[in-house]
Amino acid sequence: MKQPPLKAILGHTALVVLSFVYVLPFAWLVTTSLQPDEERSKAPPAFIPAPAAVAKALEDATGRHLAYEPTGAHYVKGVTRVPVPLFFRNTLLVCTLTVIGTILSSSLVAYGFGVLQWRGRDVLFYVMLATMMLPGQVTMIPVFLIWREFGLINTFAPLVIPAFLGSPFFIFLFRQFFLTVPRDLVEAARMDGAGELRIWAGIVMPLSLPAIATVGLFAFLGAWNDFLGPLIYLADQSRYTLSLGLAMFRTQYGSEYGQMMAVATLMVIPIIVLFFFAQKTFIQGIKTSGMKM
Amino acid sequence: MNRAKEWRAGLLFISPFLVGFTLFTIYPVLASIYYSFCDFDIVSPTVPVGLANYRELLSDERFHHSLYNTLIFTLFAVPVTMLTALVLAFLLNMKLKGQAFYRTLFFLPSIVPLVASSVLWLWLLNPDYGLLNTMLRPVLETINAVAGTGFRPPGWLVDANYTKAALILMSTWGVGGSMILYLAALGDVPVTLYEAAELDGAGAWRKAWHVTLPMISPVLLFTLVMGLIGTFQYFSQAWIMTPNGQPGDATLFYALYLFYNAFLYLRMGYASAQAWILFLVIVAATMLVFRTTRRFVYYGGEGT
Repeated sequence: MKQPPLKAILGHTALVVLSFVYVLPFAWLVTTSLQPDEERSKAPPAFIPAPAAVAKALEDATGRHLAYEPTGAHYVKGVTRVPVPLFFRNTLLVCTLTVIGTILSSSLVAYGFGVLQWRGRDVLFYVMLATMMLPGQVTMIPVFLIWREFGLINTFAPLVIPAFLGSPFFIFLFRQFFLTVPRDLVEAARMDGAGELRIWAGIVMPLSLPAIATVGLFAFLGAWNDFLGPLIYLADQSRYTLSLGLAMFRTQYGSEYGQMMAVATLMVIPIIVLFFFAQKTFIQGIKTSGMKM
Repeated sequence: MNRAKEWRAGLLFISPFLVGFTLFTIYPVLASIYYSFCDFDIVSPTVPVGLANYRELLSDERFHHSLYNTLIFTLFAVPVTMLTALVLAFLLNMKLKGQAFYRTLFFLPSIVPLVASSVLWLWLLNPDYGLLNTMLRPVLETINAVAGTGFRPPGWLVDANYTKAALILMSTWGVGGSMILYLAALGDVPVTLYEAAELDGAGAWRKAWHVTLPMISPVLLFTLVMGLIGTFQYFSQAWIMTPNGQPGDATLFYALYLFYNAFLYLRMGYASAQAWILFLVIVAATMLVFRTTRRFVYYGGEGT
């Protein structure tokens, strides 16, 4: 079904205009992070990074200020003003543990809910789904007090350990996938005397690689982007994650826009790279789970 | 396998969940109910005070303000973001070249970490040097010169009249998730329905109104409910961009005030009461949505 020409032209025009609108904030982010401070008072702002000579030639030729000479100064200053490499390591540690914990525990639990048959299974499963409606604010305070009781405030434990105890959303996702694994395969393995753990590890999990990728990706993203968790539990700057570090940067040096955008760019780049490697998993994951980012 | 053995295996597999569920859901829910009837600040002993917290909420003007802010914000932010996502999805669903590229572009902002997008928009919305006002200023000046008016670019986050609009504007940048859901739903609408409508002489608008929207209404309802629940808990952006609910409590959102009470003023009993009111508000809003939309949502296989 091809579009009539007029409709196609209108459609293309709208898409191009909107693309500019959606890209502009990214362009502004990177530009501010690379521009010398004095560029910032110029209007309209120049968006093209170029060597000084080229920038000047372009200005002479067009009579407009279009290009600027990029500098890495904001990156150097921003990264030393707050210990970004340390925050990066902390974030990566939390993310890695969260991903491992989530994949292991949520898939095991999902096996119990989706592959095994036992009395009370479905009731419990629906109770789990129902509690997903509970706003986090309700449990936030008592959960904080539990971790405080354990003496684990200001450690990564409150951010990571829950991931090892299964999260309803990812359990749900795994279970939906496990339901599509042929029952005959599982039954045949049981006939051969394989234990349930063997079947989980040897048959069901290898058949569920797309589900593992989706869960891993979303668990990683959730941990990378999480702000409220670190805000509640991490007090020491040496424990901060990138989210918390950037928020602290805003509080303490909020007028240093160049440096703030440099740190923000560093936080965004890994996610963008990840997206281009796992684009299909992203899109498919959103479609199957209904999860909004 | 016999019954008991099956049962044991099942429980064994879900045991991580049972531990987590007991520790991080069942106990906290019960504790939170109890705390909401107590004076509790961590350091001094917990004192049961009956309904005092709830009664205080009734007369706490900052609380009323936070509830009002959140309701108004939700009322506008949810439809505006849904409409933006729908428009993008409609455009992406046209049979045109380069759609994969456009889809990537529109989707990318939604995976930018909230803290990063918040500081970025803080800068974009800067009244003096931000990109938005830099672009807006010449346009307004031209209008002023022609029409003799006195328009000035808004102060966005520093002007209480514009803060909510500014935050809603920001949220339209990150609608990629719903956009993908709508796009998938649009792709699932059977072509035969459109053909039938065309045979009946329906134009583009009538097809959109009578075929497309009813067919994707379950997804619309889903995103509406999820959007409501999420927006009622709006927190990170406000914490970073407009700390303390500045200017003048205009951005004191429900979850923000709750957080301040809990972790800043250490009024944990009071904050627990707030949390339960939030839960009731969310349940009420969700029920209201399900009731009022029942007539409009079409589920295939239900007959008409």
